[in-house]
Amino acid sequence: MSTGTGASDLLHAEDQGIDQIVAGNAPVAARSPLQLFWRRFRRDKVALVALVFIILLVLVAIFAPLIRNLLDTPSPGATSTDTLDDFGLPEGPSSEHLFGVDTIGRDLFSRVLEGARVSLLVAFIGTGLSVTIGVALGMIAGFFRGWVDTFIARVIDILLAFPVLLLGLGLASACSTKEGCLGGALQPGLTIVIFIIVLSNWPYVARIIRGQVLSLREKEFVEASRSLGASNMRIVFREILPNLVAPIIVYASLFIPANILLEASLSFLGVGVVDKPSWGLLLSDAVSQLDSAWWLMFFPGMALLLTVLAFNLVGDGMQDALNPKGTRQK
Amino acid sequence: MAAYIARRLLWVVFLLFTISCITFVIFSVLPAGDPAVARAGKSPSPQLVETIRVQLGLDKSKPEQFVNYIGDILPFVGGNGVNFGFSYQNNTEVLPEILERLPVTIFLASGAVILWLSIGIPIGVLSAVKTGSWLDRLAMGIALLFISAPVYFLGLVALILFDDQIGVWPILPGNSAYGEADTFLGKAEALIMPWCVLAAAFAAIYARFLRGNLIDTLQEDYIRTARAKGLSERRVVFRHGVRAAITPIVTLLGLDIGILLGGAILTETVFNIPGIGRYAYGAITVSDLPVIQGTVLFGAFFIVMMSLIVDILYAFIDPRVRY
Repeated sequence: MSTGTGASDLLHAEDQGIDQIVAGNAPVAARSPLQLFWRRFRRDKVALVALVFIILLVLVAIFAPLIRNLLDTPSPGATSTDTLDDFGLPEGPSSEHLFGVDTIGRDLFSRVLEGARVSLLVAFIGTGLSVTIGVALGMIAGFFRGWVDTFIARVIDILLAFPVLLLGLGLASACSTKEGCLGGALQPGLTIVIFIIVLSNWPYVARIIRGQVLSLREKEFVEASRSLGASNMRIVFREILPNLVAPIIVYASLFIPANILLEASLSFLGVGVVDKPSWGLLLSDAVSQLDSAWWLMFFPGMALLLTVLAFNLVGDGMQDALNPKGTRQK
Repeated sequence: MAAYIARRLLWVVFLLFTISCITFVIFSVLPAGDPAVARAGKSPSPQLVETIRVQLGLDKSKPEQFVNYIGDILPFVGGNGVNFGFSYQNNTEVLPEILERLPVTIFLASGAVILWLSIGIPIGVLSAVKTGSWLDRLAMGIALLFISAPVYFLGLVALILFDDQIGVWPILPGNSAYGEADTFLGKAEALIMPWCVLAAAFAAIYARFLRGNLIDTLQEDYIRTARAKGLSERRVVFRHGVRAAITPIVTLLGLDIGILLGGAILTETVFNIPGIGRYAYGAITVSDLPVIQGTVLFGAFFIVMMSLIVDILYAFIDPRVRY
């Protein structure tokens, strides 16, 4: 247990003690910051429902092939002409094809299911990488100061002033020719989308973390730890990092929905994920069929909307729970 | 103040130069495809490809190509004037094509800006003053819904509901109507749906942002002072609260306008509005790299310039800022 969190535990334990004196002699139990966070988060019922939705969605994404087998739906790529009517138009939702089929007879339910895998994979990997890089560089800059700090802070400034998303769109479309980029090493698809996400996100994380570390490194508990002979490594990982968990969670919860939307937008424009049925790609396929097949637009769009909404609700709930004095507190 | 503006101007020049370099790398160094082949069209003869290669200066080394490229985007440098290069598709200069479409994009963006400010700001203020009321909860719930909905999905839903060709309630001109309209009013009517769709998410973001700022501001000591000296609540909220809470909105607005002027690519694509964004999208679908490069440079220029304007404006509208 770090000195920092240890001190706050002690405080909360004292609160508990007072409660116990008032309430009678039930056993005294200390609560970790995580438990306190969970108690506050639980109060927001809407956020709780959204969290359950996300957990279900993640399970559905992981077990998509299994679900397809159970429901006996065709694979996302399987085409079948008997699902098209006499005029070659696709069929709408039915008991056989829950979400209907697309113009070449592929089962839409199956494709939306596959889209969930793409969306979540891109958002989680992209956000995870951005946060890792941002936290690492932000901590190095804030903790070691000096020329390293100057250099990293300058890079952050430049990237934040840059139209990164616009250049990202340019990069994705420049690489979307069949030859790809860098002599074919960089092909359009997941890699480029994740690269753009990381490039546009990490400076925000690094800037916040750097600021936090600059103030944390001067705190008494760090001085105490240093005077006990702790190494830099120990101070960074055992004293400072645990205190950064709250801002890291808040930022990750803000980035995930934004990154899901970014991936969908790039795929909608045809420069994102091209080889898998991403929700954005499904929506762009639906544009030409808007007057004849509303379901092609409706189901992928609703999947996208509900997923992003759920992440936003959970993000708001987490912010409230971690920052009880915040403006959203009612 | 003058020193500050000079510093910002230097910074902008540096940013624009760096952006130009990166754009060159993205479009001329990274792609593995041969631009001469892309330009030559279907099944070209080797001689034709070779002629085009010389014509485009692709036979020269990369540094020489870079000098030519800078000549294309800067005035007074290079021989051909500022043209942002030539399209692979039809060999036209890119910059005139962009400028021709700029008024359309400005029309779309300005209407949307007016709409989202006149919806977002009142809702933000009302929500902040009545924090926790059912009105506040409802407004913020709807705001979050619009923030979560991608603009192209909203656009498609709007088309399916209101388009006068395919809509459930056929009341508004929809897809492609802008290109077909020839009067100003007709064009404005064609933009009603795109304006609403584009403004929805922005109005929601601004309402949430202003609400948060105003709640913080209304807890300041000087607000208590204003109340204590007997000012009316209306005066406290508007003259002391909103006046202070709204300045960060200017930053947000400047950056958003910069982004939109570079092309509201998603909205223009869904509604088929012939602006810069639609031009860029058309180029993306056929891998017309010089056109994409031109629109990226143009958009980046707007974003950087708007952030400069915002920074300078800030010194005038926020008396707390000192340089």
